[in-house]
Amino acid sequence: MFKIFKYSFFDLTRSSWSYVYFLFYLLLGMVLLFLNNDLNTAVITLMNVIIMLVPLIGTIFGVMYYYNSREFTELLLAQPVKRSSIFLGQYFGVAISLSISLVLGLGIPFAAYGLFKSPAIWDFVMLLVTGLFLTLIFSALAFNIALSNENKIKGFGYAILLWLFLAVIYDGLFLLSLVYFQEYPLDKFSLVATMFNPIDLSRILILLKLDISALLSYTGAVFKQFFGTSFGSIASISMLVLWVVLPLLRIAYVVRKKDF
Amino acid sequence: MVSIKNLHKKFGSQKVLDGLELEIKEKGIIAILGPNGSGKTTLIKSILGMVIPDKGTNKIDGKDIKNRWDYRQQLDYLPQIANFPGNLKVIELITMIKDLRGLPARDKELIDFFKIEHFLDKKLTKLSGGMKQKVNLVLCFMFDSPLIILDEPTSGLDPVSLLRLRKFIQQEKENGKTILITSHIMDFVEDVADRIIFLLEGKIYFDGTVNELKESTQEPDFEHAIAKLLTKEDV
Repeated sequence: MFKIFKYSFFDLTRSSWSYVYFLFYLLLGMVLLFLNNDLNTAVITLMNVIIMLVPLIGTIFGVMYYYNSREFTELLLAQPVKRSSIFLGQYFGVAISLSISLVLGLGIPFAAYGLFKSPAIWDFVMLLVTGLFLTLIFSALAFNIALSNENKIKGFGYAILLWLFLAVIYDGLFLLSLVYFQEYPLDKFSLVATMFNPIDLSRILILLKLDISALLSYTGAVFKQFFGTSFGSIASISMLVLWVVLPLLRIAYVVRKKDF
Repeated sequence: MVSIKNLHKKFGSQKVLDGLELEIKEKGIIAILGPNGSGKTTLIKSILGMVIPDKGTNKIDGKDIKNRWDYRQQLDYLPQIANFPGNLKVIELITMIKDLRGLPARDKELIDFFKIEHFLDKKLTKLSGGMKQKVNLVLCFMFDSPLIILDEPTSGLDPVSLLRLRKFIQQEKENGKTILITSHIMDFVEDVADRIIFLLEGKIYFDGTVNELKESTQEPDFEHAIAKLLTKEDV
């Protein structure tokens, strides 16, 4: 698997898209910091951007890379390499190169601004950790979608729909149900509903860390009440880990039975 | 060497392989022929483990290949359509495949033989069909494996390269290899094949030498004999 990872990774480091993504974060980080002049507000603004954008980029890159490397995949399938190694290797190639763009792109301006001397460093680290999780999760989901759809257009369509659903529609539905069933006790329901959406989980994780109750929203408040800050963080991180592992297991399972 | 029993494969509602039985014990060149859609490529891909059969067993060197990948270490494959990752250079691709296999390779010798040294530094997207096919051939023959599978090896080659390929295949045969070939160029097949396997609707319809085929159809010409096999079915 490591060899495939190596080739996929180097392949991607040559692609201009990785650099565009890197430069985008570099620019975003710098603009936010130097306009805001305050690390804490910059972290919160960044959170809002990261939570929407990282899943979108992960999804699109994942699907695009899968379809673009079909030829490479076919070549590899005839070689003495395990199938799951081929696909997991490619997956990690995408996910890790995106992660590096993210970490460097945001890390450089923040480090230049004097992050290491600031108490906000742990908030920032938490932001990067969730960003990394979201990258891993959404590129894995994208690979799953692409594996199940031979048709490129369909694959892209489903992937974008998935992003739209988890990033926007899910919250809307959630809110609606809260309003609709407001007479009932909803703590358990909202806890469970949050677990099923990695974007919500990440948001709560960051806000718990920042400890800004005003921004926590209903679910966040329930979460905090139920788990407390530290246990809440551990619970949501383990859920995020599960969100990475389960799609990867499905990739390994699906490719064992697939015809090429 | 290859032993296939009762192989079935359906793609959706389309039956591609229908209880195919094939035994290959001998060395030499075996041609797999058949009309379009008769299951040649599916048969080859199921030997390679790229297509997973619905039913039946597929053994190579006495071992079932289901869910295994290590047997491909002893197998070389030339895909029909040479699709390569476009942003690599030819030499990088060759190095990559060598690295993946981790076996000694005779790439220098083959680069020389197929005369591709002048475009080793070109990117694969910049190559013509015939040039890609030559790269494909080098990649395939590089490892000197005992079993070689060639899917349309002649496609896109100019006459000089075609002659060179024939010579090379003969040479490999003399080195005691088992070579499976599919091709649409009949005189190429007639020239090189020791055994003909004719597929029709997912089954083996004829299995024998070129001469046996000519005798059974009573056609002196190979191409006509093949055509007769097909028309006999239609009547």
